[in-house]
Amino acid sequence: MTNMLEIRWHGRGGQGAKTAALLLAEAAAAAGKHVQAFPEYGPERMGAPVVSYNRISDTPITLHSAVLSPGYVAVLDPTFIGSIDFTAGMPENGALLVNTDTPALQLRERLGLQNDSIKVYTIDATGISEANIGRPIPNTSMLGAMVAVAQVMELDDLLQDTERRLEKKFHDRPRLIQGNLAAITQAYKEVECR
Amino acid sequence: MALQEKLTKTAALTGNEAAAQAMRQIHPDVVAAYPITPQTEIVQLYSTFVNDGIVHTEYVAVESEHSALSATIGAAAAGARSMTATSSNGLAYMWEMLYIAAGLRLPIVMPVVNRALSGPINIHCDHSDTMGARDAGWIQIYSENAQEMYDNLIQAVRIAENPDIMLPVMVTMDGFIISHGMENVELLPDRAVEEFIGEYRYPYALLDIENPRTIGPLTLQDFYFEHKRAQADAVVKAKTVILKVGEEYGQLTDRSYELIESYRMEDAEYALVVLGSTAGTAKYVIDELRQDGEKYGLVKIRVCRPFPAVRLGEVLSRVTAVGVMDRADSFSGEGGPIFAEVRAALYGVSHRPHCINYIYGLGGRDIGPDLIRSAALDIKSLKDGSESDSLVRYLGVRE
Repeated sequence: MTNMLEIRWHGRGGQGAKTAALLLAEAAAAAGKHVQAFPEYGPERMGAPVVSYNRISDTPITLHSAVLSPGYVAVLDPTFIGSIDFTAGMPENGALLVNTDTPALQLRERLGLQNDSIKVYTIDATGISEANIGRPIPNTSMLGAMVAVAQVMELDDLLQDTERRLEKKFHDRPRLIQGNLAAITQAYKEVECR
Repeated sequence: MALQEKLTKTAALTGNEAAAQAMRQIHPDVVAAYPITPQTEIVQLYSTFVNDGIVHTEYVAVESEHSALSATIGAAAAGARSMTATSSNGLAYMWEMLYIAAGLRLPIVMPVVNRALSGPINIHCDHSDTMGARDAGWIQIYSENAQEMYDNLIQAVRIAENPDIMLPVMVTMDGFIISHGMENVELLPDRAVEEFIGEYRYPYALLDIENPRTIGPLTLQDFYFEHKRAQADAVVKAKTVILKVGEEYGQLTDRSYELIESYRMEDAEYALVVLGSTAGTAKYVIDELRQDGEKYGLVKIRVCRPFPAVRLGEVLSRVTAVGVMDRADSFSGEGGPIFAEVRAALYGVSHRPHCINYIYGLGGRDIGPDLIRSAALDIKSLKDGSESDSLVRYLGVRE
């Protein structure tokens, strides 16, 4: 169990934090991993803060409790900064991935991170999504960046499986599929660390 | 291995998706259902299969759970393989029909997604719904994860329809924790499920007009008791059938099933008794304790009706102390329902271990490894007489 990845996704209802966790689990499972993806259900409203989780491991996962100390945290909405403690429960050497166009070093200061061991990664997921999909839905871009940050699997494996999933969802809108795949690829390559 | 890959398909599915896939492969003649959180997705997906022509099931959209089970009962009595699904207050609303389904000996299979009963209103997991229905005459099978939900549903059809049994079966999974959690699930090919469950032939079908029958007439002092005696007998016989079906399923999938699952119990001195998804988290804790050289084991109750009292007595009579975990309170003032039954099961054994109760996780309260570990360490301190102060303990609650 020592090699088990635990990820927490923070988003707002409608941004796709739940979908990002599900897509990651599906892709990792297709790549032969043992996976879990589960959202935290509260009052669900468009725009309200939502949280979802992943566990990914090379061995079967029997835990069925909340993820309390995620090594990786993804923040889909930069407007949370200052109101939510994303680093809650994060262990030493954890990694925080934030959707923002603010450079990572500057974000680090804005967050006032006390814990130096936590790495901060940034990606302009909203910008990438708008450019590639034509919509400010940052989840697939964040998925691409997270796979790079946590080294979950190869980019090609992620693209292959995600394409299959999106084909089911958007079979009548092929441009959305290609746009999402391009967004994943760009975010995977451009994610910046400080 | 290559053959195995060809035979099965591994997918990442939520518990609800796994249940809907099992239902699709079971392919009942009739599904009558009403949506309720967290079961909604099961019937929503199933109605999509119907709409898309993937299954040829008569789908009856009803206006309540009482009607859902009533329509399912009607269809089952007519001779159709019939299913429904529910949760929580939906199950409570089926109440009188639960007893009728069992009393009429109709082999209905029903997924139940465990959710706390109101009030106060809550949508998350505990076992108050199905624990309340444990004496309704249904066979009850609890699932630890999405894979077990899938496996148990397929086996349930064989159990329910066995001519010696002819009883309805509810198969449960923990609401949200399993129903909305995505995990790896191995699916059988459609054909393998079809062959495993076999063709359905209800021997007393109302629609068999060559052999007209009456189902569910008035029986008073003259025959009611005999019906109930036969029903009780079928429940006892179900144990053998459940074991046989579980073994046969194991030959098909490498996952065989019994009434209980013993985990690291061989030389255990202390044991936890758990059912549902918490059994998985408890296994993680048992592994950690074992690494520290502590002799702990776990007994997971898979089948709660019929209650595996003899098996529990055999396994638990070898340990010093037992902690029974209940995700429901019975409000008897004497602990939860599983505690009462496990203790009763231990009455007849020659060596009776200490036995106390932990009530946990009501309304979906998270139950993590730390809380389970605290309960495990707690039972180690039990000595003669120490139980008398607090037999019933509450885990993870503000006092």
